[in-house]
Amino acid sequence: MTVVTGVTCPVCGTFCDDIELVVKDNVITDVRNACAMGAAKFLNYSTHRNLRPLVRKNGELVEASIDEAVKRAAEILVDATYPILYGWSNTSCEAIRVGVELTEEVGGVIDNTSTVCHGPSVLSIQDVGIASCTLGQLRHRADLIFYWASNPWSAHPRHIERYTMFSEGRFQKSAWRGYLSRLGGIMSRKRLRRAANLVLRRDVFATPEVERRLPYSMFQKKRKMVVVDVRNTRTAEAADYFLQVEPNKDYELLQAFRMLIRDEELDVSEVAGVPVEILEEVADVMVGCELGILFFGVGLTMSEGKLRNVDAALNLTRDLNSHTKFLIMPMRGHFNVTGADVVFAWQTGYPYAIDFSHGYPRYNPGETSVIDILCRDEADASLIIASDPVAHFPQKAAQNLVKKPLIAIDPEVTPTTLMADVVFPSAFVGIEAHGTAYRMDHVPLPLKKIVEPPKTCLPDTEILQRILHKVRKLRREQN
Amino acid sequence: MPKLKVSLLTGRTIDQGKGKEMGKLSKEYSESVVICQMDPNDMKFLGIKESTNVKVITDFGSVVLKAVKSARVPHPKVAFIPYGPWASLIMNPRTHGTGMPSMKGIPAEIEPAPNEKVLSLHDLLGQFRKEGQP
Repeated sequence: MTVVTGVTCPVCGTFCDDIELVVKDNVITDVRNACAMGAAKFLNYSTHRNLRPLVRKNGELVEASIDEAVKRAAEILVDATYPILYGWSNTSCEAIRVGVELTEEVGGVIDNTSTVCHGPSVLSIQDVGIASCTLGQLRHRADLIFYWASNPWSAHPRHIERYTMFSEGRFQKSAWRGYLSRLGGIMSRKRLRRAANLVLRRDVFATPEVERRLPYSMFQKKRKMVVVDVRNTRTAEAADYFLQVEPNKDYELLQAFRMLIRDEELDVSEVAGVPVEILEEVADVMVGCELGILFFGVGLTMSEGKLRNVDAALNLTRDLNSHTKFLIMPMRGHFNVTGADVVFAWQTGYPYAIDFSHGYPRYNPGETSVIDILCRDEADASLIIASDPVAHFPQKAAQNLVKKPLIAIDPEVTPTTLMADVVFPSAFVGIEAHGTAYRMDHVPLPLKKIVEPPKTCLPDTEILQRILHKVRKLRREQN
Repeated sequence: MPKLKVSLLTGRTIDQGKGKEMGKLSKEYSESVVICQMDPNDMKFLGIKESTNVKVITDFGSVVLKAVKSARVPHPKVAFIPYGPWASLIMNPRTHGTGMPSMKGIPAEIEPAPNEKVLSLHDLLGQFRKEGQP
């Protein structure tokens, strides 16, 4: 039995690097420090995987040799005039680099999951610019933390503990105790409500009024957290203050804050369902903090306004910097989605949605992004790596994706691999293969190889290199 | 039959996150994503109880899901579905020139569907046809 320490967790964008794994006979038997998602991955990764390459023959997926699968995949890509190569955020930067080379060779479109995640944030950052930092700075110095349209308790479970409210920084202490007492309050209120409802036989607390004043903790000289979201979440319960915004109204709320910070008057009584006096008090707290950070989630990029919501958030941060120090950071989802953007950018000049069909990289999200291409039904083949678009794309896009030849490179069995024409079982990067990935704050960290993969499962990098080699050979023969 | 107009949200939940790591074909995963979290007062309006099936309809499709009470209320006329193959059936594919489909704040209608079944993953994928297939 050996204990491997300092393992990075290949699940979410927080990309924790303090995981400890107990390994016995090439099997991970115990996980320490990980969240529920990380532990589920390390302990269950081997229970739902393909072990052999598959090729579709007469409508059925049948086992094939790796060479046969490589040949079939290369034929599909060479025959296609406008293939899309999509996924990339759950694999290593080394594999992504080969992917860009392959896309250039076949004259296709390469896109990563940013396109359905923080793509609008990238567009907005290109327009407005961003005042950001690394997470370590925030752990030690941030005294006002905003989570806007983001629910880290569910999507980035250790983010709060490692970098913000519950982390013990050099200059800012953990707010864990305050949370515990607040949680006690919430629990007793819930119990009281249940008891009152039972006795009175009606819901006496059914429509609680919006609190007209900020709680005392918001005015104390210590770490504070504010959550802005369309619904109450566990993250919101952990916050000192929760602002519930009406759906699709984030833009109005952000612009209202900008006005208040510039000392302008709002001649309405509420904005996006929040009373103006509350907004004024929150704006005062923002201006009065020493170092503030606004983490924003896909609630801004997926709702009405999309990149314009992010424009408003970035501009709000910029305005705040004339009063105090304020920073902003997108809550990136997959562990290497930032790496996918970074590798695409240093290889082609653009972060996502890159079209090589003219022989040189072209970037025009809305036209060259994968959802739009699929909805217009223009792609005639696809290679999907480490992603599951059949499960997560809108129906029309998924339907057009599976209609055409589909190559899937994935260690797991997913709806996409079930609908594919060629399936490559790969080694789990970060467990069975090493590489590099970028944390959400653009810090590159190594992915470790902990156990040996099954013999038939090659790393993503090697599968892509073999396909690239075969594509080049076929094209030479054709010419 | 009563119908309720809602603003539909999709997103992550910790159970969905855990379920996807247990495997997309696992029971844990499908149980975590075939739900529609609603405000209890909205459920009362529809005359349904916990775990009754409901049909969620948008301009882009419809899907039958299990209605469950939200743990944190109130959020009147807002319904939440975790990301997954079922939620994707009713998402808005229009990107407004940004590349990003609209997956939060979509206008939708919910109606009780106690006699309709939730599609299994197998049946759901069966709706997708390969080119050349009948």
